[in-house]
Parts: sequence; structure tokens; C-alpha cells
Amino acid sequence: MIEIKDLHKSYKTGGSSLHVLKGINFSVAEGELVSIMGSSGSGKSTLLNILGMLDEADEGTYTLDGVPIKNLNETVAARYRNKFLGFIFQSFNLISYKSALDNVALPLYYQGVKRKERMESAMNYLEKVGLKDWSSHLPNELSGGQKQRVAIARALASDPKVLLADEPTGALDSKTSYEVMDLIQEINEEGRTILIVTHEHDIAQMTKRIVNLKDGVIIDDTLVDQVKAQQYV
Amino acid sequence: MFSRDNWNEIIEALSSNWFRTTLTAFGVLWGIFILVILLAAGKGLENGVKQGFGGIATNSMFMWTQTASRPYKGLPKGRRYSFKISDVAAIKEAVPDLRFVSPRNQLGGFGGTNNVVRGLNTGAYNVYGDYPEIIQQEPMDITSGRFVNYSDINEKRKVAVIGDGVRREMYDQGEEVLGSYIKINGVNFMVIGTYKKKGNNGNMEEAQKQIYVPFTAFSQAFNRGEDVGWMAITANDGSSITELKGSIMDVIKSRHSIHPEDDRAVGHFDLYEEFSKINGLFVALKGVAYFVGVLVLLSGIIGISNIMLIVVKERTNEIGIRRALGAGPWKIRGQVLTESVFLTIISGMAGIVLATLIIAGINYMMQGMDTSEMMFANPSVDLQVVMTALAILVISGLLAGLIPAQNAIRVKPVDALRTE
Ligand SMILES: Nc1ncnc2c1ncn2[C@@H]1O[C@H](COP(=O)(O)OP(=O)(O)O)[C@@H](O)[C@H]1O
Ligand SMILES: [Mg+2]
Repeated sequence: MIEIKDLHKSYKTGGSSLHVLKGINFSVAEGELVSIMGSSGSGKSTLLNILGMLDEADEGTYTLDGVPIKNLNETVAARYRNKFLGFIFQSFNLISYKSALDNVALPLYYQGVKRKERMESAMNYLEKVGLKDWSSHLPNELSGGQKQRVAIARALASDPKVLLADEPTGALDSKTSYEVMDLIQEINEEGRTILIVTHEHDIAQMTKRIVNLKDGVIIDDTLVDQVKAQQYV
Repeated sequence: MFSRDNWNEIIEALSSNWFRTTLTAFGVLWGIFILVILLAAGKGLENGVKQGFGGIATNSMFMWTQTASRPYKGLPKGRRYSFKISDVAAIKEAVPDLRFVSPRNQLGGFGGTNNVVRGLNTGAYNVYGDYPEIIQQEPMDITSGRFVNYSDINEKRKVAVIGDGVRREMYDQGEEVLGSYIKINGVNFMVIGTYKKKGNNGNMEEAQKQIYVPFTAFSQAFNRGEDVGWMAITANDGSSITELKGSIMDVIKSRHSIHPEDDRAVGHFDLYEEFSKINGLFVALKGVAYFVGVLVLLSGIIGISNIMLIVVKERTNEIGIRRALGAGPWKIRGQVLTESVFLTIISGMAGIVLATLIIAGINYMMQGMDTSEMMFANPSVDLQVVMTALAILVISGLLAGLIPAQNAIRVKPVDALRTE
């Protein structure tokens, strides 16, 4: 599903240049649930952003579902993001003046889906994350866990190939974190490929594979015995 | 482009800060308001001044004889001559683009001796011998009876149409006018109609004190023979009298043995030329209105552009989210542009409506007044002005949104998302 080879990325700040990714090679098969770990500043987000086509690598190749991702113009990148990817952020990134339902429907709006269909579909996803009754609420009327559920529903709305989550539990207490992980595991069980950036070990243990980043390279890539989040909720 | 979803997006975005949106809108409102008010005021002035022409056919000239200023064909200079009734047909034939060629004869006038008698009343009035067409060149309202017609002309009937001023001086209140007789220079004429003239060119009083009689009857009664005092000539709508007057005068010159270059032998007054000068003034006035209005509008537009820049900056994160969810650059640009155009049009429309209300108010107040002395009447905006204003608004809205729209997609999505 995802295949990257010899990926490099550096940031130029003022005169100096910071080499963040120094040749990353890895691939993810369909249906995997992978966590990317590493200390703060190790380049986890940088990697995920490149995978999400929100940023571009300096060197290396990236293939997503057989499509080479290279030198995309913004229009194409936007279409690929819409079609292939769903994003879940640490800070939820819901649009504050839109209801939960409208937030979930937004990717479908950009897909050009008709309003009625869009709303029905969005409602189904809200139901799936257990927030059907909250559909008309604005984000600031929801708890952190609920906001992240809405964000997950939104990420799923366009039926993407891959979900990319950058510290999805970073802003949540542990109980809520496990609830969110439970939902993520459930979605993964349905066959969807998911990548999670985290620096929390307990969260990483709930995935099926841990990739460890350090000093811009992968130092460790192991399969784990998945801990089911269900038992903690 | 203008689906319900788009509208929702725009309304949501603009209504998230009502106070600021309203303040911004005010700049454009003010600009278009000034533009429309100035144009309407200009129109009011124009209407007022043109009303002074009293509906006179402006594509007209008056022509009279003077003395020949050059010897020609053995005839001396200083010679007097007179237009003949046959000149009219000759002019009509030689210059086909003329609508009316009206020969006129005239008697008496302001400050002259008394020339009209009715019973014990006497008065000094202008008496004209005219053809029926004159009423189309020098409009008047027939307030009772009728005007001179061709039967009167053909039968040389001694009938007269008198002005309201004449009626007031020669008749008692409520006395029957039609069918009565007045004596003009000793000749009896039967009154068949009364008129009242419009216009405000200073001597309205005088304009109501005239008497019109059939041209032929006039010639006969006052021994004018074939002579014509002067002519009122009007060109067809498609042509300009100013361009035709040369050929008209050539006809006169050749028929009366006047040197072809002797322009002083034929006197004339070109109404159209005068009218064009006034028209030019109003074109200039319109130019000033547009200049001032557009300048004020421009500052309003800069205001909108500015606020859109701030809005885009504030919504950097939101725009980042939208792009992550798959909004293409044109979608983002389009949204900023539509927002800017929408805001511009709404505030512009408010300005147009406000200006129109004020103009309507002024019109309402002026309704009861007699505007004939005010040089100002019926200020108004026509649809064309509104359309022009709207076009200006759409274009300026686009211009105002251009830079902000570009700003919205200049940052990389990842940087946009990082902004709080
Ligand atoms: N836009 C940027 N400009 C300059 N430096 C950056 C930028 N983004 C990230 N960095 C730097 O790159 C390094 C990796 O950042 P990041 O990928 O966010 O790490 P992580 O998510 O693992 O904490 C950090 O040292 C960070 O300061
Ligand atoms: Mg990070």
C-alpha cells in the first residue's frame, strides 16, 4: 500500500540546514496498523506529513497504492489527499463554526457529492463513532474524546485507502485515549490501513507493528502482540 | 459555482464576525452611494435645464434675412431682400433630411404699440402667421379649442389661437373665449383655441402672450404678399441641423442672387449647437461624478481587500484543514473571491438602495413644488447606471479578493496546519 525508498528531508532555517530524515526505507501492506515511535523531534510528524502529501520530500521515492507520488501540483495533490487519505490530528482540527455533521461531510463536499447523499453518508459515519445524537453540535460543545471521534468519522468519510494519525491521543486522558484506540482498532479490523504517530508506549502496543525512528533513520521495525484497547474501556 | 453549499460557506464565513463585516461593507456602501447620488443630482440638473427648453425641438434652427454684404451679379452690397414662400418648397426639395420647414410672419411684439383690440380692452402682443407644424417645433398645450390646421391655411380663415396671458387680459373670468372675435390691426379674427407654454427660459410671461393665426390668412390680412419673415427649420432625428444648415443657406443664396461666400446675408440661430454645448457640460458633470465615486469606491475596495487579507490570515489553519481534506487551490481561491465579490455586491447594493431611497425622498418632497424656476427636476438613476455600478462592483470585488486569494494558498498545507 505504501512504499518509500531512501527518503530525505531537511529544513532550512536561516543559514543552517537541519537534516531531519536521513534515508527512510519502509513499506506498509494493506490492512496493517502501524505505529511510528521516537523521541520528540525525531521526525515522526515530518515523515507522516510527507506520506500525507502535505509536505514534500527532498529525495527518495514514494508510492501510494501503486501511484508514484512525485512533483504533484497542488490540484492533483489535493485530489489524492481527498481520495487516498484520511487525517487525524492531535489537536482534532475541526472547523469551529461547523456542526459535527458538517465537519464530517466536508471531504465529501470536496469530492462533489450531492448534499443529501453527503449528509446521509456523514450521519452514518457519526453513528459508527457513536455520536449520532451529537450531529448538530458545534465542536466547542463536545469533549476532547468526542471531538476526536468526529475527526475520525471525518477521516473515514471519503473512504480513504490509508488513515494517517499524528498523536491522535496526545491531547486526551488515558481513559479517553483507550476509547479512541478501541475505535481505531475496530476500524483496522474492517481492513483499513492505519498509521499512527505516537510517543506513548501503551498506545504503540495497541498497534500491530512498531517502527522506531531515531536521528532520522529507522532503528527498529518489529511486529507486536497487539493489546486490545477494549479491555480498558 | 453558486450552489447552496457555496452560499452556506460564504454566509457562515461572513457572519462569524458581523461587526467587522459591517464596518468593511460600509466603505463600499459609501462609495457607490456617492456615485449614485452624484449621477442622480447631475441628472436632476440636466432635467431642470432641459425642461427650460420647454420641449422645443432642439434639432432646429431659425433663419432670417439680413442685408447682402457683398456685391454680386451686378447687384450692390447693402441690398435688402426677403424670403419668399416658394423658398420653402425649394429648401425641402434640395435638402431632403429636413422634418419641418416652417415659414413665419410676425407682427408687433413686446413694448410695441397696442395692436389687438377686443371691445374696450387693448393690448400689445406678438402675432404670428404660422403653419400647423409649428406646434411640433415649439410645443404648447392647447388648453381649449384647437390649433391652426390645414383647412384654415387653405381657406385662409381668419381664426386665431391665443395664449393664456392674452385671454386673461382681454377676457373676464369665466367668459366664453372660443367663437369670440378679436381685432388684430383692425382685422377681425375668430378665436378657435387657447394655449399654454411650458419651459422656464426667463420670459414665460411673454410666451403666454402670443397669438397664432394661419400663415395664409396673415399674409392676406396684413399685405405680406409672397414674403416670409423668417423660418423655423427642424432636421430629421437621424441628421443634425448643424450639418445641414450650410446646404439650406446655399439654396437661399442662389435663389436670391447672394454671393456664395456672403454668410452675413442670412442670419441664423442654431439651437442644436447651443444645446450641444449644454449637453457637453452634462457629459463633463457625469465624468466628475464617476471620478469622485470611483475614487471613494476604490478606498472601500482597498478596505475589503484588507479585511479579506486579515480573514485569510486568521483562517490559515482552517484553510490548511480544508486543503488536507482535499480542497484544491481553485476551490480555496474561489471561496475567497466569492466572499469578496459577495461582500462587495451586498454592500454596494445597500449603497444603491440607500441612495435610491434618498432620491425618492427628494422627488417626493419636490412633487408639490413648481420646479420650473429651480433648474433642478426629477433627479433619478436609470437602470443603466445601476447596471454599470453593479459591473464596477463585481470587478472591484474580484480585484479586492485577488491578493488575499493568492495568499490563502501560498503557504504549504503543512505550515498552514501548524499555524494556530
Ligand atoms: N517547518 C519546519 N522548519 C524548521 N524546522 C522544522 C520544521 N518542522 C519541523 N522542524 C524540525 O524538524 C525536527 C523534526 O520535527 P517533527 O517531525 O515535528 O518531530 P516529531 O514529530 O518527531 O516530534 C524538529 O527538530 C523540528 O524542530
Ligand atoms: Mg510531532
